[in-house]
Parts: sequence; C-alpha cells; structure tokens
Amino acid sequence: MNTAQVLPAAVAPHQTMEHKPTNAALAVRNLSVFFGANEVLKRVSLDIAPNAVTAIIGPSGCGKSTFLRSLNRMHELNPDARMTGEIRLFGDDIYASTVEPVIVRRRVGMVFQKSNPFPTMTISENVTVGLRLNGVRNRKVLAERTEQSLRMAALWDEVKDRLQAPAISLSGGQQQRLCIARALAVQPEVLLMDEPASALDPLATSKIEDLILELKKNYTIVIVTHNMQQAARSSDFTAFFYLGELVEFGATPKIFTSPSQKRTEDYVTGRFG
Amino acid sequence: MQAIAFICAVLVIAPLVLVFYHLTRLGFSSINWAFFTQLPKAVGETGGGMGNAIVGTFVLLAEAAVIGVPIGVLGGVFLAEYASSSGISWWIRFGADILNGVPSIVWGLVVYALVVMPMHGASAIAGGVVLGLMMVPMVMRATEEVLHLVPGGYREAALALGISKWKTILQIVVRTALRGIVTGVLLALARVAGETAPLLFTAFGNTHWARNLSQPISALPLQIFDYANSPYDDWHRQAWAGALVLLLLVLFINISVRVLTRERWRTKS
Repeated sequence: MNTAQVLPAAVAPHQTMEHKPTNAALAVRNLSVFFGANEVLKRVSLDIAPNAVTAIIGPSGCGKSTFLRSLNRMHELNPDARMTGEIRLFGDDIYASTVEPVIVRRRVGMVFQKSNPFPTMTISENVTVGLRLNGVRNRKVLAERTEQSLRMAALWDEVKDRLQAPAISLSGGQQQRLCIARALAVQPEVLLMDEPASALDPLATSKIEDLILELKKNYTIVIVTHNMQQAARSSDFTAFFYLGELVEFGATPKIFTSPSQKRTEDYVTGRFG
Repeated sequence: MQAIAFICAVLVIAPLVLVFYHLTRLGFSSINWAFFTQLPKAVGETGGGMGNAIVGTFVLLAEAAVIGVPIGVLGGVFLAEYASSSGISWWIRFGADILNGVPSIVWGLVVYALVVMPMHGASAIAGGVVLGLMMVPMVMRATEEVLHLVPGGYREAALALGISKWKTILQIVVRTALRGIVTGVLLALARVAGETAPLLFTAFGNTHWARNLSQPISALPLQIFDYANSPYDDWHRQAWAGALVLLLLVLFINISVRVLTRERWRTKS
C-alpha cells in the first residue's frame, strides 16, 4: 500500500503552505479556552513561525499547557473543554466543523513531559505504531521510516542493534527520544513539546536541546518549558503567559534582555514564578 | 492478639488442607487412564470413568467463555473508556454487583425459562449460557478495574499520534492491560467451573457422550452430585476422584493466574 494514500497530510508536509502564502505555521486568533465556567486562556493571538522554535513560558497554572494542547485539539479530551477563536495551521482552520481531530493530530505531533513508550511494544514497533495503526503495512516503508525517525531523534546509533528489544528497556533519556522518534514517524508539520526534558538528568536534557535545534531545520517546534535557561538557549521566539493571558511575545533575546512588560521582566529574572 | 490472629489465619487455610488431604486419600486410588477416557459403567460393574463429565466440563467452560468474555470485556471497556463517570455507568456497575451476588440456582431457573423451555429440553447450550451469563459481571468488573490501572499517558500518546479512539483502546490500552484481563477471565472460569446448581436444570447431565450441543451434557460437578447421592461404594469412590480432578483443575487455573500476575510485576520493575 502506498503511504501517500493513507496519510496524505503527513506525506506532503508543506503543500498547503504553498497554496496559501503566510508567514505563520500556526496563526492563533482570539483563542479562549474554558474548562466548564473557568476561562483558562483569554483571547490569545499570536503567530508561530515555521522552521523555528517557539518557547511558551510562565508560572504554573498560567494556561501554557492548555495553549499547547489547543494547537492539536488534545485539550478536547477533557469533556468540559470549550474554545472560541480561530487557529490556522498553514492556512487551514483546524477547528472547522469538517476537520477531524485525528487528522489535526497527524499534522501536529506531540511529545509529553513524562516519556510514555508503549510497554507492550518493541523499540521499532513504538516508532512505527502511528503508521501501522493508520493502515501502513509495507515492511520496506516501515523499516525506512524507523531508521529515518530514529536518526532524526539522535537515537539510531544507540538502538540500531536492538530494535526488537522492549522499549521500556531503554534509559529515561532514550525513552524520551524514542517518543520524539515516534512522533516524527508520522511526519507531522509541527511538533509540540510539553516540558520534554523536565524529568531528565542534565546530560539527557542537553541531548534533547541539541535535538530541538537540529529538528527545527525541518519542523516547526513549540515547546512549553519551566526552565528559563532552556528557553533562552533553544528558542527563537518566546511567549510569556500569565493567568491565562499572553503578556508578551517576541524574539527570545528581546524577551530575556529587554522585555517591554514589567511582569515579563520579573518572571524571566526569577523574581516570581 | 498476635496469637489469635495467627490462629485465625491458620483456620482460614485449614479447610483447604483438609479438603485436599481427604480428596487425595479417598479419590487418588480411583484415578487412572480409564477414569479420564471411559464412560461410567453400569451399577455393579467396576471400572469405567468420568471421561464424559471431564469433556463436558471443558465444553461448558468453552461455551461460557465464548459468551461471557466478549460481553464482559467490551462491557468493561465501555465502563472504563467511554462512560467512566456518567449516570448510566453507575447503574451498570450497580447492576453488575447485584448480579455477582445472585444465587447460582436463580441463574439456573432463569436460563431454564429462557433457553431450556423454548428448546424443549436440557442441552449443552443451556449449560454454557448459564455459566457464560454468570461470568459476564465478573469479567466486566475485572476488566474495568485493570483498564483504570493503565496510565492515561498511553492514551494521550496514542491519540496525539492521530490514532482513532477505538484503535487506541483496542491496540494500546487493552493490549497493555491484557494480562490483567486474562487474569480476570481465568478467575471467572475457575469460579463457574465448580458450579453445580445452575447446571441441574440446564446441562442436566448425561451418562453418555453428548454428540452435539443440543443434547444434555455431563459435567464434573453434576456427576459428583449424582454419584455422591447414590448408595453404591464404587460410585462414591468415583465421586471422590471426580472431586479431586475438579479441585486440581481449579487449582491449576489459580496457579496460572499467579504466574501471570507475577510476570506482570517483573516486566514493570
């Protein structure tokens, strides 16, 4: 079977961009998200640049994770969630009534704080699970995609001799890179990362940061982080959220050296948060 | 205090030891190859076996599994994955817990009315239906509980890959919990394997091989019941042997469960 028939969006990543010329990979307009009566995001608007790393920072409970999850409709897993506003992915309205969340999530991949490789599967099965469960059966395609994804996740050399070993036999940092490889295997256009290194030791963290810098050549990356140094080191743009509002958004050097808002300055210099 | 607790603990397992000792002493001598392969002999003739009852028990358990496992597992999936906190799931759980406490003779009467009367006679089908129905609430609750133990991170990871919800549940969540589900199924099978009362008016018993599922069929508990009630010493010995085989079967299932659950801990650590 041809993969292009199964995963059209995933196989031709930037096709839609050519049709609708816009600078933003994700254009967010007046996004509000409610959980029940609680408004956790308040009229957020920002443009996420393609082939760049955008960091989302802010104290706990500021809505940064909710913002990230709204970008691939994962917040809808909470049955009380409701949103208003608009998000366009390379021009396509991802909340249009004709769009299935499943399709959005194939185009916008996600890596979580806690690494979560599937415990019943081998390393290679974990990488290809997104393809296999969406109907890709061709062994050659699967093997190619396994190697390609593991190479991109900087894990290939460490696991190439034991692809059939259980995924949970890997170390914590390796498991997280395996999760990145798994997300990359379905060839998303955007990769969302929710504090991907917060549970890792410094060495594993620096590997993930190197990886992020490498990945932005091919992907648009949005990363939520609690770690100011990490945001400063690995991102091109930074958005500071506070109490559900986007306080400030701009080039990372500017946010960290000469922010225009007092609250941003207080936060990035460690005076609160 | 500790001494009293210790004595109580011993009292808990004392019946098991006593039962096992008694059955072995009285039943072991009657167990031979013929016991597993031959039909019962007529009164007065020695020898013969309970082959029909042993096969019957396995047939009835297979039928029960065919009925009870899909309904029970899918019901558990519904409760855990689709309707976790809705009103209907409260009623389903409540109903299942009541069904778990329904006396087994009542199950027999219900299936007598629903299956035996319309079919104009007892049958292996009716026996399988009654055991299968008894398994449903047990399997359902066990499945629901192990599915709740699967960390939510696996569901999120799968959904974030663009995998649909039902594939996520079937291929990721159920697969992760499979050992636990199999454990629940085995425990339910062990429970119904020894049921006698519900089979009295459904499977009914048969001194010959049942040629198809619409005929009455024997089962170990039924045969034990019949033989133990008889006035013949030879049949009493056969009953003891049958009881020993049944106990060993249930013990074997329980040991399998132990092995399965131990494996689970090993892979986790």
